[in-house]
Amino acid sequence: MSVDKQQYTVQQEPFYQQQHNEVALYEAAYRNRLPVMVKGPTGCGKSRFVEYMAWKLNKPLITVACNEDMTASDLVGRYLLEANGTRWLDGPLTTAARIGAICYLDEIVEARQDTTVVIHPLTDHRRTLPLDKKGELIHAHPDFQLVISYNPGYQSLMKDLKQSTKQRFTAFDFDYPEAALETSILAKEAGLDEALAAKLVKIGQTARNLKGHGLDEGISTRLLVYAATLIKDGVAPRDACRMSLVRPITDDADIRETLDHAIDATFEA
Amino acid sequence: MTDAMTEYQHPLMAAYWKQLDTRFPQVEEVFEDCMAEALAVLTRAELADYLEAARILGKLGRGVEPMLAFLEEWPSVAKAVGAAALPVVMALIQRMQKSPNGKAIAPLLQTLAPVSRRLHSVQQLQHYLDITLDLMERTTGSIHGHHTTFPSPGLPDFLDQAPNLLNLLAISGLRNWVDYGIRNYSNHPERQKDYFSLQSADSRAVLQRERHGTLLVDVERKLDLYLRGLWQDSEQLVPYSTAFDELRKPIPYYDHLGMRLPDVYDDAGTISGLDRYRVTLAHMVGHRRWTVAQIADNWSPFQRMAVEFFEDCRVETLLMREYPGLRRVFLALHPKPEEGACDSETTSCLRHRLAMLSRALLDPAHGYRDADLNDFVARFHAIMQTGESSTKEIASLALNYVTKTRRQSDQFAKVHFDDTVIDYRDDNRQMWKFIEEGDEEEAFDAERKLEPGEEIKGLPPRHYPEWDYNSQTYRPDWVSLYERLHPSGNAADIDRLLQKHDALAKRLKRMLDLLKPQDKVRVRYQEEGSELDLDVAIRSLIDFKGGANPDPRINMSHKTNGRDIAVMLLLDLSESLNERAAGSQQTILELSQEAVSLLAWAIEKLGDPFAIAGFHSNTRHEVRYLHIKGYSERWNDEVKGRLAAMEAGWSTRMGAAIRHAAHYLEARPADKKLMLVLTDGQPADVDAPDERLLIEDARRAVTELGRNGIFTYCISLDAKADEYVSDIFGRQYTVIDNIQRLPEKLPELFMALTK
Repeated sequence: MSVDKQQYTVQQEPFYQQQHNEVALYEAAYRNRLPVMVKGPTGCGKSRFVEYMAWKLNKPLITVACNEDMTASDLVGRYLLEANGTRWLDGPLTTAARIGAICYLDEIVEARQDTTVVIHPLTDHRRTLPLDKKGELIHAHPDFQLVISYNPGYQSLMKDLKQSTKQRFTAFDFDYPEAALETSILAKEAGLDEALAAKLVKIGQTARNLKGHGLDEGISTRLLVYAATLIKDGVAPRDACRMSLVRPITDDADIRETLDHAIDATFEA
Repeated sequence: MTDAMTEYQHPLMAAYWKQLDTRFPQVEEVFEDCMAEALAVLTRAELADYLEAARILGKLGRGVEPMLAFLEEWPSVAKAVGAAALPVVMALIQRMQKSPNGKAIAPLLQTLAPVSRRLHSVQQLQHYLDITLDLMERTTGSIHGHHTTFPSPGLPDFLDQAPNLLNLLAISGLRNWVDYGIRNYSNHPERQKDYFSLQSADSRAVLQRERHGTLLVDVERKLDLYLRGLWQDSEQLVPYSTAFDELRKPIPYYDHLGMRLPDVYDDAGTISGLDRYRVTLAHMVGHRRWTVAQIADNWSPFQRMAVEFFEDCRVETLLMREYPGLRRVFLALHPKPEEGACDSETTSCLRHRLAMLSRALLDPAHGYRDADLNDFVARFHAIMQTGESSTKEIASLALNYVTKTRRQSDQFAKVHFDDTVIDYRDDNRQMWKFIEEGDEEEAFDAERKLEPGEEIKGLPPRHYPEWDYNSQTYRPDWVSLYERLHPSGNAADIDRLLQKHDALAKRLKRMLDLLKPQDKVRVRYQEEGSELDLDVAIRSLIDFKGGANPDPRINMSHKTNGRDIAVMLLLDLSESLNERAAGSQQTILELSQEAVSLLAWAIEKLGDPFAIAGFHSNTRHEVRYLHIKGYSERWNDEVKGRLAAMEAGWSTRMGAAIRHAAHYLEARPADKKLMLVLTDGQPADVDAPDERLLIEDARRAVTELGRNGIFTYCISLDAKADEYVSDIFGRQYTVIDNIQRLPEKLPELFMALTK
């Protein structure tokens, strides 16, 4: 059974703006095949970072979006029913371990805690994955690496990683970039001029100040990029901001009004 | 009085005087002036009506006052709303003359001019007169149906306040305000006077509610978010009242206790009240960020004023750098003084010059031609070009300005004020430090220390609104509720009662064991269950086909898990509880005691959190709420002692007690919240003659609770309760006719409710 390794490789260089020295640190982690955990609020560039690193290291990347109904066999693999018997199908984690890819489990805490335990043998010195049902023990490919991400901000008390899982990873703490950096990201990503991008960033920061006062999460860099894209497309800045920055994040009338006002105050008439 | 006094030079004037047909000397003194004013605004026909009306007023037999007031006031009324309003005014005066309220005619006429200046149209004036008439008729009373009537107590006070009221209220708001006063105080002359002279607290509260404009309380959260979001600042917002200060309007300011804002802002042109609040806050934030207090002892008041204007502009320039959109709002609110509006020969023009300068500093398109002004605008911008500048730097520029532009006339007492007031700016008190103690700024707000002998006794009263079904509004802070600990008695009494009902307790215990908790939980991996668990079933089938041992546990079932109910038991402890229950030796109070003890024992067994409280009332000023058991207290001797000491007295004002009990229940984290109200009669109080009132209020309170997720249930011991109890509680009630069976019924009822 051969897997098309090509489909998992990142073909084009994704745009990623380094915030500190995370690229070098990641490279060091990868050299030693240490598992990596990426934490940070939604839309701050976690997935983009992983994608960029896969491209930079020229390794295939297998991404799994975790959810509550996911079971261990969704990761590892399962037998399928066929007309005359059953057939084994590798799950994404198994595939990655076989071909030597970077396996990225996005929003890992969304999966149930007992599910995530299957990754344990892959993340310590053993680097093996036992397939109980099939009776096979996979030794991970030398290039294999496990990366997980999660957002410590909005999840409930119930959704946290077990200590035993947490302590198998090296970690990066991401946050929204500094104003100047974020401005240049918007300018690069959407092709917007710097002055306008700076205004969008300003509005974004307004909302981030309100976090915990009725907002669970501030306006993410991703949303700012959406707004910039709309403006680039010819949408009036105020409308673009209302549509992509305010309406998605809140249903609270007071907050909506305050943010709308911030938009009006930021763009001169 | 001699004939010579009434001879006028001008024949026309003499004719008018004749038409007036009066001999009051006071009228004569002002007659010519009044006529001069009247001739300017009235046509010939209107003038005749004017004189005729004045003549009638002179003949009312109420002295010179009405006539004098009319002659003086009417021309300006006619100017404001037109002379066509005369018939309606005269009609009202006739009604007043026939009623015992004749004394109020002169005050009415006196207020007519200021009132009409605010109303602008005859229709509006008509509404005002209608309100006055309504007030008069509904508050003029007769004693015991005899015809010896007494005048409306509130009417003169109302007329006194009318101009001021119309300043704050639209005519519909005035109607509501008057209506409220009539409804609540029509049979209490002293309170009525307090209300209509704006002395009483609720009078002011209702006024506040009816005001036009944007109220600070309504937008407080938005402003809080504004401060946080746009300026990363947060501060207590403290309103000051603008309603009762006619002469000295307070100005926004901030100090260590918070930012002080007016309690209401009307829209100003295109700028909404909310935006006015925002811009006022933004200005203060600017000072907090960039202004450094200066030592002011050596500067003259003029110099200080100039420094304030320059610094205000510096701060606003920096604010606009942050949010360019602010410029629009600043310019819309900033006055635009005319360049030649102030005559520097006769008037002090300092304020005018500075206001112009301030305008020019903010508005690039100011268009002023004054050379000094333009020179300083350029210098200001040059300084600001280099960065944020500083208070010190801008102050030295301001001092230069004062030196350069000083005029002799600046010292004049007559000051040009038009278009110089910039009302969104604060009073800049934080900008100055005085090395020598001044006497002008006393620390009024400094916290008062508690005197050594002074102690806080009991809880302060809590105020609750009451629903007035007549007007479909709440009466603000109407009821004062005092909460205290119930006095203690002998706990053994309660144990004895429980012993007496030993048999009943055993039966209850069996029922308790049967009580099923709620909360459905899915149980998977069951060999036998209520449903097939599809995921597991397919997995088993695959195992089976693949030759492995299939898992037979392919079913799931549900079980209930945990009980999460918080209970509040509210006892009506009014006087009627002391009556003997029908066909029993015991009073209702004793039976209630037994029932509550049993219920408390049962709930304790179940482990649900519960609280017990009693209430009775003695008018709206004293609703007593007696704490018997709190959620954190166990069912112990202390609680039993309080229950044993239960006593009955006074009346039943239910709404406030329900609201107060609910605020405890709301704070509980439970899934289900239950309030049991045990009562023996309908809500009533000695100061509420209308019995519907308290029933409707209680019904309202129950609806409020329902909205907050509290289930209210009433256990009524009044056999005749059917008439009203369903009005209050809907279908959530039980009437226990046979009160003797209360001790067993109450716990059973509770269990049935929570099953």
